[in-house]
Amino acid sequence: MTKAELTPARSAERARRYGWWYFAESQLRSMRAYLGAIMLSSAVEPVLYLVAMGVGLGTLVDAQNGPVGGVPYLVFVAPSLLVASMVMSVGSEMTYPVMDGFKWHRLYYAPAATAVTPQQVATGHFVAAMIRFTAQAAVFYGVMLAFGAVSLGASALVVPVGVLAAAAAGAPLQAFAATRQDEGSAFVFVQRFVVMPMFLFSGTFFPLASMPLWLQWIGWVSPVWHGSQLARVVAYGAPVPAWLIVLHLVVLSGLALGGLLCARAFYARRLAA
Amino acid sequence: MNRVIEARGLRKSYGDLVAVDGIDFAVDPGESFGLLGPNGAGKSTTMRMIGGTLDRTSGELQVAGLDPGRQGPRVRAHLGVVPQQDNLDEELRVAENLVMYGRYFGLPRRHLKPRAAELLEFVQLSAKAGDKVSSLSGGMKRRLTIARGLINDPSILLLDEPTTGLDPQARHTLWDRLFRLKELGTTLVVTTHFMDEAEQLCDRLIVIDAGVIMAHGSPQELIRAHSTREVLELRFGSRRNAEVIGSLEDMAERLEVLPDRILLYAHDGEEALGEVHRRGLSPVTSLVRRSSLEDVFLRLTGRSLVD
Repeated sequence: MTKAELTPARSAERARRYGWWYFAESQLRSMRAYLGAIMLSSAVEPVLYLVAMGVGLGTLVDAQNGPVGGVPYLVFVAPSLLVASMVMSVGSEMTYPVMDGFKWHRLYYAPAATAVTPQQVATGHFVAAMIRFTAQAAVFYGVMLAFGAVSLGASALVVPVGVLAAAAAGAPLQAFAATRQDEGSAFVFVQRFVVMPMFLFSGTFFPLASMPLWLQWIGWVSPVWHGSQLARVVAYGAPVPAWLIVLHLVVLSGLALGGLLCARAFYARRLAA
Repeated sequence: MNRVIEARGLRKSYGDLVAVDGIDFAVDPGESFGLLGPNGAGKSTTMRMIGGTLDRTSGELQVAGLDPGRQGPRVRAHLGVVPQQDNLDEELRVAENLVMYGRYFGLPRRHLKPRAAELLEFVQLSAKAGDKVSSLSGGMKRRLTIARGLINDPSILLLDEPTTGLDPQARHTLWDRLFRLKELGTTLVVTTHFMDEAEQLCDRLIVIDAGVIMAHGSPQELIRAHSTREVLELRFGSRRNAEVIGSLEDMAERLEVLPDRILLYAHDGEEALGEVHRRGLSPVTSLVRRSSLEDVFLRLTGRSLVD
């Protein structure tokens, strides 16, 4: 039989550098099995959101109150809907598939028996999910353009902003999922009582300031609010002070990075147990 | 000769529970080495320490001249691993499973595609290359997992309970492939609780129980050292077994009374059976067979492997 092209030492060296990408690549290729469903939901979801909230509710809001934050309601709500939709999707992408990796199909144990490390498996899963969300955000942005909710240009930055928000919500969830021995009701609880309130109370549909103060904290700790504010800045130049923009970026990056570091540590502990 | 695996005082404990209790063994290049023992004996724990996916508590361990505890990825680049539980990616097609696994070793696609085709032919799955993994039988999945473990052309292949759950025909097909691999010079390390598998596959083995090595040697050496050439199995019915023991005791070198049968360890089983009949004892069934590793294990631990 053919001999391997690399010596074991070279092989290990390559895996040390790119092991995270090898696992991400494997995850992305697995996703091809249900690519049609991902793309269909990526395209249909924004249409539904924008028709219902932007056009339907927007007509009512604009007629009753006039512009929100100085712009028509569709323009106001579309960037935050993109962010909220990313965060909602990441809630399922970073819970059940993690359980699948550790328990159901034990997919993580395959790369862990090779030159790839458990930490790289965690990073690879995260990176693959973020690549998927980049595509999803780009489709959402395309639908926003089609609805006239943004004009082409710098507003395209809503795509990376949406992905950053997904990363900020997804990485801590990935770390949490890695600590669960079985899903029980934990993932449903997270979806209903963490992700859903973030969706509803993080200034997605109305400015956070219009909420009573005792509910505003949900927005302050939520990647949806930080992401939505940034998305509005890049989409139509919403007036947000520079220090707050920096704060939004720091919070989102901090959550993403902190979550990923925890996930890497938990993967290493669990795959070596 | 340089040993490919060498363990000295290898120990793994979880708090008070000792899974592997200071074992010593060495594996030579190209040999087929077995760890035989019942479930929970510490075989898989030992395998995982060899692969560096589980840290040892104490002792020394070298694999391909490296320390798996410190240089796990570098050690694993030398290894092919066939885990006890299949973890094939069911979202990928059969050939794609091999290619993607090969990527974990940094191997380029242009090398992996022909290599995957070659390995599928080796494990007799070429016709299934484009199929979904979920459509394969248990035996085919096992063979695919073995092919996957060979994608990086490893010098050592670790097989953890390779034929558990397979039907007899699938087991024999798999054993045949493993023989071929051995002929090609791959070092095989096999854990099993099937004594026939150990006898078929292993040049040398350790019998392990409760984390301790009970005996080591080739299957023949172990049988010679710990059992007689032949065994006479007698069934008198569970009630009569106890009654007849007294009449059998002087007929064999050793006697084992199991819940359903009595084993007489004798050099000549037929002769012993003739004596049983001469004494007017009439067993319901009788069987003369060669001693096996099961008998060795029974002798060493007082228990059957399937207990």
